[in-house]
Amino acid sequence: MAKTIQEINEKIRQGKAVVCTAEEIIGVVKEKGLKQAAAQVDVVTTGTFGPMCSSGAYFNMGHSKPRIKMGGGRVTLNDIPAYAGFAAVDLFIGATAIAEDDPRNKVFPGKFIYGGGHVIEDLVAGKDVRLTANAYGTDCYPRRALDTWIRLTDINEAVLFNMRNAYQNYNVAVNRGDRVIYTYMGVLQPRMRNANYCTAGQFSPLLNDPLYRTVGVGTRIFLGGGVGFVVSQGTQHNPGVRRTERGVPKVPAGTLSLTGDLKQMSPRWLRGASFTGYGVTLTVGVGLPIPILDEEILHFASVSDDDLVAPVVDYSEAYPNCQPEILAEVTVAQLRSGEITVDGKKVITAGHSSYARAREIALTLKQWIEAGTFLLTDPVAYLPAPESGYAFKPLKERPWEPPQEISDN
Amino acid sequence: MPKKKVVLNFPPHLIDQPIISHLIRDHGLEVNILKARITPNEWGRMVVELRGNGGNLEDGLNHLAQTGVVVEPLAREIRWLEERCVQCTACTAPCPTHALGVERSDMTITFDRELCIACELCLNACPYGAIEMSFD
Repeated sequence: MAKTIQEINEKIRQGKAVVCTAEEIIGVVKEKGLKQAAAQVDVVTTGTFGPMCSSGAYFNMGHSKPRIKMGGGRVTLNDIPAYAGFAAVDLFIGATAIAEDDPRNKVFPGKFIYGGGHVIEDLVAGKDVRLTANAYGTDCYPRRALDTWIRLTDINEAVLFNMRNAYQNYNVAVNRGDRVIYTYMGVLQPRMRNANYCTAGQFSPLLNDPLYRTVGVGTRIFLGGGVGFVVSQGTQHNPGVRRTERGVPKVPAGTLSLTGDLKQMSPRWLRGASFTGYGVTLTVGVGLPIPILDEEILHFASVSDDDLVAPVVDYSEAYPNCQPEILAEVTVAQLRSGEITVDGKKVITAGHSSYARAREIALTLKQWIEAGTFLLTDPVAYLPAPESGYAFKPLKERPWEPPQEISDN
Repeated sequence: MPKKKVVLNFPPHLIDQPIISHLIRDHGLEVNILKARITPNEWGRMVVELRGNGGNLEDGLNHLAQTGVVVEPLAREIRWLEERCVQCTACTAPCPTHALGVERSDMTITFDRELCIACELCLNACPYGAIEMSFD
């Protein structure tokens, strides 16, 4: 029995919608069968809480008296450079930005204590943040310098805008080298003494809608503790990869670009993160509701950790050199057990995506829908699908050569 | 059996002495070496847990002091700040004693202070400043 988004929304308004988290639905489908469960359940809620580097926020700071043209000038928020190549007082800060005088990796491994992700967390937490600007001065924007405290409630628009979030599946990182390496997947001990993974598994948004049948441009979501929207496919969206029989990608595949009003969000769901020897980032909470329009969509949404596989990749050699080698395929269930086997060797596992927090997001979104405060959306457009030919290409380098000097003769 | 975690600081001239052997043989102590750094011509440092019956523990520690080993209580302590923790589990991989572990049923972090040897390996692994070293 097929349903429409409008029918589900009507049930949500009446407080009659049946909502399950992506974890709860696994048992429901096992118990009742796909057909009966699809008739009864209206929405499956997902969640993920992990480091997502291609995140950032834009702001309109309001105009000072006299006016200053930050656009084209230099701007910092708590010493972290913000991008000001827009109109006079619009700024963007990226999650991985760090202070000009940060020691970086000069004393290896660097600590990367504070950066763009932390600025966003501090703003959302209501803390005072120091804004400095240096400008060249114009007739209409005469002021050349600004140094002031700001806070989220005082500025105009403050919008989280993430160009890539919620990666559909992710690598499991190991280190086959003979020294400790410090990566965005954490500290990796030599000779494969640990394996770090980063997936919300059976809670993961795009692993529950693997063929992008329900998610698309304009989908209303949980973002950073508030309500956000899907902008489009994220950067590096790569739907045409190898998939399991259930249609779930075996390697990193689809991504989402997301946006939402920062003023509704909370520091519990937007956390600055410091990766030793690597840099800073923002850990983002995302929850996608999946409308159960038909049995096939429910089949996809009832995927469990036993059905999900992730590729094990060597971050000492294959990853940095962009080599495609995959050492093993392991299930998320194995990763969550604390130990996997690679090349006959037992390797302990640890996560970077919080399972406990993913569950909390899925439960929160479920409560919002049950309370009738969160309605589902029909996508304005769908994301490029697996057979679309849309693909993620490597950089084609064409090295610059100095122009040849023209001789006088 | 009474036990005590201490830091032993060895002056360079004692590096070639079998001091731990004496503790075991002559004082009947059980010695669990948690961390050790011994380099020729430099001060050595060892974190040990000592167990012994009756006055053996005191006698052993007095013996160490007499030979010139500087004995300090283990003043450093790892603190897990639950309110800053996001339960990602990254800290558990490097933990050699499983003081930091995972409750698999809900994938949350457990911290058993008794097992912690203050080796500090978890500090670099936590991206959220949820693990701190505190000094008494």
